[in-house]
Order: sequence, then C-alpha cells, then structure tokens
Amino acid sequence: MADIIAFDEVWGKPHDPAGRPELTDLAGWIADTPASELQRRQQAAEAAFRQLGITFAVYGEEEAAERIIPFDIVPRIFTAPEWRQLSEGLVQRVEAINAFLTDVYGPQRILKEGIVPAELILANPQFRGFLHGTVPPHGIFAHICGIDLVRTGPTDFFVLEDNARTPSGVSYMLENREAMLRLCPELFQRYPVCPVDRYPDSLRETMQSVAPRRGDMPVCVLLTPGHFNSAFYEHSFLADSMGIELVEAADLEVDDDVVWMRTIEGRVRVDVIYRRIDDDYIDPIAFRPDSLLGVPGLIAAYMAGNVALVNAPGTGIADDKAIYSYMPEIVRFYSGDEAKLPNVETYRCREPQALQYTLDNLEKLVVKLVDGSGGYGMLVGPTATKAQVAEFRAALVAEPHRYIAQPTLALSTVPTLTEAGVAPRHVDFRPFCLTGTHGVTIVPGGLTRVALREGSLVVNSSQGGGTKDSLILADAPMTQSMSGMTQSMGAGLTQAMVGMVQSLGEPR
Amino acid sequence: MLSRTAAHLYWIGRYVERAEFTARLIEATIRLDALSARPAGESAWESALLVAAAESGFVATGEERTPANVGRYLTLSADNPSSIRSCLDGARSNAKSVRTALTRDAWEAINRSWLNLRGMNAAAGPQEWMQLIEALKAETRGFEGAVHRMLRNESHAFIELGAAVERGDNTARLLDVKYHLLLPEGEQVGGLIDRDQWTTILHTVSAVTAYRWLYRDTLRPWLVAELLLTRGEMPRSLAASAHEVVQQLSFIGRITGMQGEADRLARQRQTTLARASIEEIFAGGLHEWLTGYIVENSRIDRAIGAQFRFA
Repeated sequence: MADIIAFDEVWGKPHDPAGRPELTDLAGWIADTPASELQRRQQAAEAAFRQLGITFAVYGEEEAAERIIPFDIVPRIFTAPEWRQLSEGLVQRVEAINAFLTDVYGPQRILKEGIVPAELILANPQFRGFLHGTVPPHGIFAHICGIDLVRTGPTDFFVLEDNARTPSGVSYMLENREAMLRLCPELFQRYPVCPVDRYPDSLRETMQSVAPRRGDMPVCVLLTPGHFNSAFYEHSFLADSMGIELVEAADLEVDDDVVWMRTIEGRVRVDVIYRRIDDDYIDPIAFRPDSLLGVPGLIAAYMAGNVALVNAPGTGIADDKAIYSYMPEIVRFYSGDEAKLPNVETYRCREPQALQYTLDNLEKLVVKLVDGSGGYGMLVGPTATKAQVAEFRAALVAEPHRYIAQPTLALSTVPTLTEAGVAPRHVDFRPFCLTGTHGVTIVPGGLTRVALREGSLVVNSSQGGGTKDSLILADAPMTQSMSGMTQSMGAGLTQAMVGMVQSLGEPR
Repeated sequence: MLSRTAAHLYWIGRYVERAEFTARLIEATIRLDALSARPAGESAWESALLVAAAESGFVATGEERTPANVGRYLTLSADNPSSIRSCLDGARSNAKSVRTALTRDAWEAINRSWLNLRGMNAAAGPQEWMQLIEALKAETRGFEGAVHRMLRNESHAFIELGAAVERGDNTARLLDVKYHLLLPEGEQVGGLIDRDQWTTILHTVSAVTAYRWLYRDTLRPWLVAELLLTRGEMPRSLAASAHEVVQQLSFIGRITGMQGEADRLARQRQTTLARASIEEIFAGGLHEWLTGYIVENSRIDRAIGAQFRFA
C-alpha cells in the first residue's frame, strides 16, 4: 500500500509535521509529548478498560474469548465547520433512510417509479414481506443509525456503509472520552470540545418519544442476547446509563399481543424495546424457529401496535449493501436534493458490465459480500494474496449477485501511537444518529476506528482494528463558556483537595 | 427488580457459599487424612464425597477412590456440579449477567477467585489445593465484606438469602454424614469417640474455638450436634440460617409489599427450630430429623423461586 499516499488529518498532504493550519495545536502536542509518556497513558487507559470489563468476544477464538479493543491515545479532531458539513449530510441521509423504509413497507412509490428495481427489494431476504402494511409506532423505523464515513481529503467525506439494524460501538465513544478527559486533560484546555455524555439521555428521550401508549412514564428496556454476546458490555453499559432494565428474552412474555416483563413484584407492561438481537432471532414464531434468544409473539405485539421496537424489524433492507449503491437516488427521491454526503463509487456485480469490470480490475478493487459484515467476506485487492484474489474471482463468477466492488480509497490517516513512535494509520468514523418524534439528534462525536497495522485499510475490531476518541470542536462562542467552566471546576477541585490533605496531615 | 436479576443474585450467594464450604471440607479432610492412621484416612475422603453429595457422580467417573482422585474431583472437576471450580464458574457467570447490580469489590472478589482457579494445574496435589483453599477463603471473606458494604436493597437481600439457604443445607449434610459414620446405630452415645473426626466437623464450619467458648468441655458428639443445630449464636448453625432466611424474606417483602409461600414456610421452620431441643431430636433419630430438614430446605428454595418468578 506504500504507493497510496493518503491525506493525513493532522499532518495534511503533503506531509507537514507542523500540522494543518487548523490543528497545529494537536500536532504540537503530539510532537511535544514523549512517546514513552503517550505509551504510559495508553496503558493506563487500557488497564482501566480491562478492569471495567469493556471486552468483546471474537467469534471462533476460544482463548481470546475476552479481549479489549486496543485504544489509541492520540485523538482525532473534527473542526466545527467539518462537523457542520457532516451533520447536515447525516440528517439528510437518515431522514432518507426512514422515508425509504416507510415507503417500501407502505405505498412502494420508489419501486413503482422505477428508481430502485422492484425485484432487488421484494426478493431480498432483508425485506420482510409480511410486515408490508405495518406502520411502526409514530412511523419511525430506524431510530438508531450508525453511518460509516471515510475521508480522502480536507472536505472529501464519503459514506462507506449505512447501519440501520443494531449498530454497535457507541459505548466506545463514551468510554474513550472518559479516558481522554482523565489522561490528557491538557488537550481539553487547548480545544473547546463538545461533550458526548448526553448520548444516553438522548437515546432514552428518543425511546420514550416513540412509546405507543400515551402516559407519563413509558417503560423502556434493552433486550440483550445475554452475557456471552460480544457486545454485552455495551448493552449493560447503555442500560445502566439510561437507567432502564437490561432484559433477556426469558424476562419477557407476550400475552394477548402485549409485552410484559417478569419482576419480583409481578409483571410490568413494556412499551419500548431497544433490542440488540437481530431480526432473525428476535421471535421464533415470526423468524427462525430454532432461536432461543427470541421472545415468542413479540412481532405480533409489534404489528398490533402495542410495543415499539428500536429499531423496527425489517430495517435491514435499508442498509443492505446491494441497496447502498442506490442511496444517492434514494436521497434525491425523498429529499428532492442531491446527497450532501456522497457514496463511494460502487459496481453492482449483479450487472454484467460491472461484473466484467470487477473481474478485470480485481487487484485494484475492494470486493464485499452484500450480506457480510465485520470485515468478513471482503477482499482488499491491492493487499490481497494471489490465492485470495483467485478465490474471490471464482466466487464472483459463481454468484455475482452476492457481491459489490468499490475502488480502493486512499482513506485518510491520523497520527497513531505505534511501536516505532507516532505514525499515520488509516481510520474511518461512525457517528450515531437518533431519530425520534422530535426529529434527528446527532450527539457530536462518534466511533473512530483505526487500522493499527501499517498500510492496512481494514478497521474492524475483529480484524485487529483499534479505536480513538473523536473530538468535535465547538464553535467560538462555546469556547469561552466551556473554558470558563473548566477553570472554575479546576480551581474548586484543587482547593477542596488541598484542604483534605491538610486536615489529614494535622495530627502529625 | 427483574426476576432474572433476583435469581442471578440468589445463585451468586449460593455458589459462593458452596465453594467456600467445599473448600473447608477439603481442608478438614486433608487434615484428618494426615492425622489418622490408615485406613481411616481413606474413609475420610469417602465421607467427604458423601457430604458434598458427590458420591454417585464420582462413582460414575470410574476412577479409583484415592485421595488424589477424590480431592481433584472435589476441587477441579468440571463434571462435578459442586466442585470448587463449578461453583466459581457458576458464581462468576451469574455475576457477569448482573454486573451492574453488584459493587465493583464484590465482582472483583469473585473474578479473582475464578482467575486463580483457572491458573491451577490439573495434576496439582494437596500442597497446591491448600494454597488454593487459603486463597479462596481470603477471597470469599473479601466477597462477604464487599456484600456487607453494599446498599441494603433487594440486591443485597437476594445474595444473603441464597447464602443462607445454601449454608443450612451444607451444615445439615455435614452433620448427617459425619454423625452417621461416627456413631453407627446401637453405639452408645457418650462412648469412646474419635476426637480427630469430631474436630474435623468443627473445622469445616470454622467452629473449633466457638465450641470451647460455649461449652468449656471436651468434645461431646451431642454438644457438637446441638451447636450446629439449635444455637442461634453460631452463624453456620441451622437455627442461624433459618433465622437469616426469614429476615431476608421479610426485608424483600417490605420493599415489594408482597409476601408469600416462601415467607410462610421459612417462618414455620424457624418456629420449629426454636422449640426443638437436642434431646427430642436424638429421641426421634438425628438422621431422620436432618433428612427432614434438607427436604424442607429445598422446599423453601423452590418456594422462593416460585414466589419471585425465577424461572
């Protein structure tokens, strides 16, 4: 990959150790902080994560059943104008996703007008035909979307992937920030950073807003597959920080299309379920009958309008990789505008011409399974071995409709602590967009994933990727109030501590 | 509180209690084995299996009944649901599911014991077991301390409830097996006794010194039985466990505003125990009485599960 010269978000392109004009402070901090000190802080952060049990499981690796995702101490920064550009695009995209879902599970205008080929939707396993005609409470399908973004230049952002089912990773946004505030407080004095810690509150408000019953206190729960799931930490963390119950399927029962949870005081009616179980496993009656994780009758309760599922079943049709390539048309169709955040150019291998192009250029392209995730079922042409290329060639010829191909992008890099000091590593970015009855809310932040191996473009944690804190800078007016707050808090805290030390020391 | 959360907490209490009991049982058995002449030493391990209700399970493994094999079965075997290892697996797995209902100290004590045990070699012998047991006793004390410092809410009550139910069961089985072995029917009460064997019982429930303080007498089987059955000041006695179960259930009842079958059974048992005299118990047959207690205890366990909708 040495031949791809990527844009570095701090050092720019061409490479300038003094930093891009917007981020000279960060470049200075990186240059002035010795690598050994960065190493020490990074280890302190990782030790804290391990103690908290912020672990994830890698499927198929028995020994490493509980690992932490590597954390990189050098943060990534988005300036206020960059964030404005991004969030406008994100709002537009997420609104389009919800409009699209409302349409395909409703009047299907977009199919009738031939914008998206009907068979691509109707024959797609992610399209749940039996839900056609079911309107979710308050008409919202995808309450939580994680939009994966990549960057190739100062203002060049692309959507790499939409996640409209059960996107994960938001706990890293919150925990990474906690670690950074503790370990690198000086950065927050130099930069006015927007806080991320209101995410749990925003999520709870979003959930409460879509409760089907009108009442003062809708009962919201988070449904987890259980503690063997790779993201269990996140489930318990979110439930805890929202102050809602973390339930497993066995805690819920459906009676006459109403969902109840079993408590020691009797059963309690449930209004909103943030489910972290995929459609396929959520209800053995409606989907896979062999699922032990599911709640029998849950889908019927949803269809009867008695419970809100966050996200609604069937949203997979909106983030399917085969649909992805139509997103620019989908956005235009519903918003009337061009997509503010462009797609990465995509070749649909189901189309003969695109397939031919893909086969002719395999060494240059990234090929993905349309129903793959987590970095599995993916070929990165330029770094792949001959054998891998041959394997994908055969697979493409056999089942072209299962693949899409994209040019290998020169993903932006961010300075990252490596064994050989601070060096550029490729990154992507997943902000989390919440949609409730009050519209779209995006907490200024997100999950930055970094490919720790030199030259690697695969950032998935299952493939050895790490995470970074993503600092979104506030606009100028906020700067003053923020730094004012920091100062007064800092002073008060110091004094109180000095007082304590003194009084403790007195008897001597 | 979710019923499942309550069930997990209850089982954390039970598993930690059982792990510690099994550890003390092994410790006392190693001691007895070392003190007594053959073949008494071997029968020490046999009775340990009976106390741990692991006799049939061990037979099923087909292994020879050597101290090493029995010790390993009680300590490390994954096939034995009452082995220290299985108990710690159970405790940790339950704790992980309700991580946020526990304090960090309580979780860490369980997690550390579990990690210690995982590092243990399968071929380890008494020397290593003793080290493990020492470490485990320290961790369970740490766990009890952490639980003691928890907020007095339902979480705390369900852990203590599970521990109390388990404690009663363990003490009853210990006394039943040992008494039966040591005083076979027809043998004269007060006859020549095996002092080492009786000391073993007291060691297992950490009551050697307590006995001296309360009775100021040499070891007498019926006094040991009285200590473990009816003396409320002895924390591992049946009377103390029965009292604890009633207390914790009433506490939960005050929070939820509901009481049920479990409360009724627990109070009934407490009353029976308060009225019981050791003479009457012996007159009716100690073994029969203890069997009745164990059956009643599991009935209360089931009533708790039903009342709080554990399953």
